Amino acid sequence: MHAVAADRVWKYFGDYPALRGASFEVAKGACVALLGRNGAGKTTLLRILASLSKPSKGEVRILGRIGYLGHGIGVYDDLSALENLSLFGQLTGIENPKQAANTALERVGLTRVKDGLAREFSRGMRQRLAIARAFLHNPDLLLLDEPFTSLDDRAVAVLQQLLADARARGSTIIMSTHQIREAMELASDVALLDRGRIIFSGPRNNEMLLDPGWLYRTYGDIRE
Amino acid sequence: MKSGLRKGLAAAFAIARKDLRTEWRTRESLNASLSFAVVILVLFSFAFDLDREEKLAISGGLLWLVYAFAGALIVNRSFARELPNDCLEVLIASVPAWAIFLGKAIACFLLLLIVEFASLPIFGLFYNISWIGSLLPLLLVIALATWGITVVGAALSAVTVNVRLRELMLPVLLYPLMIPLLIGAMELTTGLLNGNAVLSDVRLLIVFDVMFTSLALYLIEFILVI
Repeated sequence: MHAVAADRVWKYFGDYPALRGASFEVAKGACVALLGRNGAGKTTLLRILASLSKPSKGEVRILGRIGYLGHGIGVYDDLSALENLSLFGQLTGIENPKQAANTALERVGLTRVKDGLAREFSRGMRQRLAIARAFLHNPDLLLLDEPFTSLDDRAVAVLQQLLADARARGSTIIMSTHQIREAMELASDVALLDRGRIIFSGPRNNEMLLDPGWLYRTYGDIRE
Repeated sequence: MKSGLRKGLAAAFAIARKDLRTEWRTRESLNASLSFAVVILVLFSFAFDLDREEKLAISGGLLWLVYAFAGALIVNRSFARELPNDCLEVLIASVPAWAIFLGKAIACFLLLLIVEFASLPIFGLFYNISWIGSLLPLLLVIALATWGITVVGAALSAVTVNVRLRELMLPVLLYPLMIPLLIGAMELTTGLLNGNAVLSDVRLLIVFDVMFTSLALYLIEFILVI
């Protein structure tokens, strides 16, 4: 049984097809790096998988609970860090959301400021709070849209640790990214999107790990 | 494991509590709505030199026009509150769309009730109209009509949330839809304040509420997830 299956998914914005029959399957427990140049359809595909958008044609099947980290941090400025995470704990129906929120804040190093409003946080702290929110309910499927972009070093370390923990728990991860090197170190599989089509989908191999440009040179028309 | 319905209802109440908490901290729509209601009631009392019978005759109409305009200010912020930091995306990815809508509608309903109950004594004072004697039936009318305003308003707030001129668009869409509800509420309120209400007319409000609540709960997914 696959954790994610997308079957000939099309998505139109007006007359423009952002996705053109994209199909791929992701095994449970896999960590997929979703690669492609700007406008290839990565964000559109992730939004469809996260139920934020409906495909114009085609079908998507998802197993289990979703954790989503998009371009926005997805936390409320007028709530404290603890209130934010407790709220998302309640929304996702986990047992004892306040305790889970406290544990999550400890994992991302925000316990000391847990009662401070999110609007008073620095950019790095807000990013760590957003990461804690996405991982709070131990989702079966993590959908991360360029998760490493603009993160400070501490937030990168926190995210890498949480991703490693999620993989050890058996969660499935799909992350779109331009930071190929970081992605290749984490990924078990790679999918390459080009102009709305998945032109490569398969396990990550040693060439990809040693030479991040190899995939583009071999399957895409982009040269680094 | 909680059932889908129970989980959705729990999420709706969590969203309503969150909206009330953030509104209490910022008071961005409560202050605007309450000030608007008070100012309009006071200005109208000076603008027209009416005797007691005339005041009683227009009482329901005046009150519900003020509440409808004040309500638009409340519901306008309902889904717009989720725009900063893309919080709406996280809500849609986490809970069913109907639960998001229900939570928003409950929060708007309670906020508009606060505005209405705070401005009711000012209405009584400036128009010399006693509403204490008909308080219980008046509460029923206020509750039913306020739910109608908020349920239509919250749905249209979702429709207009990504529109650039949403502050303008929402009232343009909202008021025509509210006409039957407002006519019913105005007639009932005028009747109650004059002591000659036919409370069976409340059926119009109940039908409006049931119809638009069902419609909004069904359609909200098509509005939010496109």
